[in-house]
Amino acid sequence: MNELLQDSPDKKMLLLGNEAIVRGAIEAGVALVAAYPGTPSSEIADTFFQLQKESGVYFEYSTNEKVAMEVAAAAALAGVRSLCSMKHVGVNVAADFLMSLAYLGVRGGMVIVSADDPSMFSSQNEQDNRMYGKFSGLPILEPSSIAEAMEMTRYAFDLSEELQEPVILRTTTRINHSTGVVSLGPINKNRATGTFPKDPFRYTVIPSVAMKLHKALLANYEKAAALSDTSPLNFTCGDGVWGIITSGVSYNYVSDALEELGLTSRVRVLRIGFSHPLPDKKIKDFLGKCEKILVVEELEPYLEEGVKVKAQEIGSIIPIRGKGEGIFSRAYEFDPAMVRGVIASYFGVENKNKKPIAIEMANIPQRPPNLCSGCPHRATYAAIREAFGDEPIYTNDIGCYTLGVLPPLSMSDVSVCMGASIGLGSGLGKATGRKVISFIGDSTFFHGGIPGLINALHNDHDQTVVIMDNGTTSMTGFQPDPGTDMTKMGLTNASVSIEALVRGIGVKHVTVAKPFKFKKTIEQIKEAVAFKGLSVVISQEICPMYEKTFKKPEKRTYYIDHDKCKNHRVCLNTLACPAFYLDGEKVEIDESACIGCTLCVQVCPENAIRLRKIGE
Amino acid sequence: MKTKFNVHNMTRIIFVAVGGQGNLLAAHLLGEAALAHNIPVQISEIHGMAQRGGVVESAIVMGKAQSNIISRGEADVLVGFEPLETLRAIGKCNKDSYVISNTFPLPPFTVAIGMGAYPSIEETMEKIKSQVKKLVAFDGSTMAREAGTLLSLNMVMLGALAGTGLVPVSAEMIKQTIAEKTKKAFLEMNIKAFDRGFAATSKVANA
Repeated sequence: MNELLQDSPDKKMLLLGNEAIVRGAIEAGVALVAAYPGTPSSEIADTFFQLQKESGVYFEYSTNEKVAMEVAAAAALAGVRSLCSMKHVGVNVAADFLMSLAYLGVRGGMVIVSADDPSMFSSQNEQDNRMYGKFSGLPILEPSSIAEAMEMTRYAFDLSEELQEPVILRTTTRINHSTGVVSLGPINKNRATGTFPKDPFRYTVIPSVAMKLHKALLANYEKAAALSDTSPLNFTCGDGVWGIITSGVSYNYVSDALEELGLTSRVRVLRIGFSHPLPDKKIKDFLGKCEKILVVEELEPYLEEGVKVKAQEIGSIIPIRGKGEGIFSRAYEFDPAMVRGVIASYFGVENKNKKPIAIEMANIPQRPPNLCSGCPHRATYAAIREAFGDEPIYTNDIGCYTLGVLPPLSMSDVSVCMGASIGLGSGLGKATGRKVISFIGDSTFFHGGIPGLINALHNDHDQTVVIMDNGTTSMTGFQPDPGTDMTKMGLTNASVSIEALVRGIGVKHVTVAKPFKFKKTIEQIKEAVAFKGLSVVISQEICPMYEKTFKKPEKRTYYIDHDKCKNHRVCLNTLACPAFYLDGEKVEIDESACIGCTLCVQVCPENAIRLRKIGE
Repeated sequence: MKTKFNVHNMTRIIFVAVGGQGNLLAAHLLGEAALAHNIPVQISEIHGMAQRGGVVESAIVMGKAQSNIISRGEADVLVGFEPLETLRAIGKCNKDSYVISNTFPLPPFTVAIGMGAYPSIEETMEKIKSQVKKLVAFDGSTMAREAGTLLSLNMVMLGALAGTGLVPVSAEMIKQTIAEKTKKAFLEMNIKAFDRGFAATSKVANA
């Protein structure tokens, strides 16, 4: 049995934050989980996927976050406990549904995990999704530790059922991707089968129904606020007339700082774990005991503004500071020494920061990530660059292939969010009159690219869309997408054909290219670009890293024949394959890194790249 | 080796490596060993695009601390799996830090294709040595290969960390964790690699 499923209450385990969330949901008796992967949330989905058979918890990778939320919410409407997980920007995708789901409410407990990414380790922005609590009216819980992530997930289901509305568990990368010790609780094995008593004028959000539901949501808000006020998740510690209000991982940095600065008896702390609605009375009581307040929170001044409103209500004029010059920034994640420094300066005590070692690093080479050796995206990009150079505008999307922005490939002029490459391409083409080539991966195409493609067809945009179909969601760890061949995993899910879909909507020029057939691909792309109107090239080749998870690849490597090599360096300078290196002035291939894709063989003008015969 | 550990003491350790060098597994094994000793432990990782050749950093905090990340200047021990990455992470250390570094380079791709130069390893190690309490640098990659596979570099580095005596977890407990949590087929090689690393620093510690 998988360790995460053991029913051994009080046993201590070392879990990744995302695993702790899974365990919390399993203890709470979750019956249905749906998700679209996205860093730092992916391991929640992946763990439920792995546990699917053994746990009896239904899991699906949904096409996108909105669909995941719809599927999960419907289960909860039917009285079954459900969860959906996504990265912070995924909530934007689901937001249309979320905002009215808040009106609708649920019957079974429903937890929405929003994994935020302060400092944008793997994201295009660092939006603060606590704002979604305020925006939708739904409750938000924010854990400070791994153990708490598990406990809060468990509690979130109860809270959701008590309020009959979904609860948002808002984490940050330092929770999702950190490991800590948790103490297991018992597993709730009562997973009810859902029922759906028809009540159309309760669940069909036409205006007359929505009018009533909004009032119900506001009444629920009051109920949630009362719960927040008595919740042990909002607690105070320490003593003194100086106050700190904090939440999430910032609470840890505050606790350590107060200990290290010797301020535990001079500064009282209000830790907010139930952060929407804010605990009104607790905050006002806290304000009454303080002469000066510091609000410590990453990203937006969510707590700070809430606290200031409450101060106004009780006529308090004590200084309350959070974001601003010399205090905290709205940008990037915090760290312990930085928080300690601000606390020390705000309260005017001596700080004890240790001096970091400084060594001149101006000329230290960076280590940027790169497309893997044998990556088919490199082949597609190289073919298009060979055909058109810098002439077209290249719009790009979200996935491994975004790494094509790096030179020498340089194949992304603009990339914003999931699925945007096609719409961006249409608008840029119209505004500039230039040819636009839009790149999008298979998973991203299913997720958010299809409406853009239909739009480009319907509105007759002169644009070429290259769907880079490598059969999986590589960037986040090889999760299946609707096009994935599931038989390899012994599963029977249908595999949606991108080609049939594109032809089915009526795109006139559709080609399927095999990017490692380099010259043929160049011809195909030239034809597609020459076509007046919308053309689609599906560049199809399975991700070799993904393939490797199923079968050991045949080892076939190539080497440079130095009798033939004239050192043009076309291979090195146009492909930037990580299997290449320079030995002095000689180009060499690291055969332990080469996987034998043959792309370099096809670009070499001297035929100097040769297959290593077995036994050579 | 018996270790006494006061939970009020903290040990903050950074592992830094290139994607694929096994840093996360090493950190996790250390964490499991700490849990077996009943020592509070937390690990945080940043591995955004590690699989695509980027840098992977783990922070392991043992003791009473609530924070699970380590600020600049606050690492007690830095374990660098690759010399350039040891240098890049040196700002995590202060003058009292202990640094362990592999000296076998993995040049970043930009260097491999002639854009930028890899700094002199000897000079780099000298610079680091002059500013921290102790630096132990050795060719861990060769040790790993000699133990049977380059993939056991993470065990060499973990052994080296244990050999310093600075972590409140015994080498025996870490080895027991390796036996429980890693593939049986690699066990002998892993233990051999761990012992080689252990010897590399314990010798120095006792010298």
